[in-house]
Amino acid sequence: MTAKIAYDEVEVGTELPAQTFPVTRATLVRYAGASGDFNPIHWNEKFAVEVGLPDVIAHGMFTMAEAIRVVTDWAGDPAAVVEYGVRFTKPVVVPNDEVGALIEVSAKVAAGGRGERPPAFPLA
Amino acid sequence: MALDQSFVGRTYPPTPAYEVGREKIREFAEAIGDVNPAYVDQEAAKELGHPDVIAPPTFVFAITFKAAGAVIEDPQLGLDYSRVVHGDQKFAYTRPVRAGDRLSVTSTIEAIKSLAGNDILDIRGEVHDESGEHVVTAWTKLVSRAPEGA
Repeated sequence: MTAKIAYDEVEVGTELPAQTFPVTRATLVRYAGASGDFNPIHWNEKFAVEVGLPDVIAHGMFTMAEAIRVVTDWAGDPAAVVEYGVRFTKPVVVPNDEVGALIEVSAKVAAGGRGERPPAFPLA
Repeated sequence: MALDQSFVGRTYPPTPAYEVGREKIREFAEAIGDVNPAYVDQEAAKELGHPDVIAPPTFVFAITFKAAGAVIEDPQLGLDYSRVVHGDQKFAYTRPVRAGDRLSVTSTIEAIKSLAGNDILDIRGEVHDESGEHVVTAWTKLVSRAPEGA
């Protein structure tokens, strides 16, 4: 496996390059098709409001897919990810305009790296 | 209504194999705006030591969540899916999913809890390839929100 980052080059506190991911209604329609998740809360404003949401919201799994890019782009080989978990605490509301919403992701090494055994959760 | 605790530990039969296609991986990668060469270029994937293009880490959710449908739609369990939101999601990989894989999922109900009228359901999906080797485990926490005024 060839990765851009060697384990021993990494230290606790190392910051990964932050990234910003725009998401519009068109993004959500496309993700719905590719993922097979056609829940109307992700494309139908009327339905979303009826079930108590403020507006259409992004798929949680879309946000999860974007967040790990900060790690896979940094590591080089996406197969370097051996474990990945998230907690969804707040929906990403996506208004019906050209701007939509922005998902901002930052990350730094919380454990592991030089001189340490690989931990189960190296990032926070 | 609280879910029946006796469902904890119940395992559903393995799903029929899902065949992972190169173009499906490409479609997914484009939908998340992440055309990492390992996802779309066979040569680049081979240079990284993979036999074919690999899928982004969250790709497999489409397969495990479909499998979890057997649990969610189990009339005996009685979950109100119209009120369900995704709480937590976790994956542990033995290896990445790749094009050509024929994957089968075995879903198990790990836990059922009731908290302030909300039903909380933990489902584990074990994903194996055609040779029976483990590929990835997915843990999905679903929360069925209590009806308003309940």
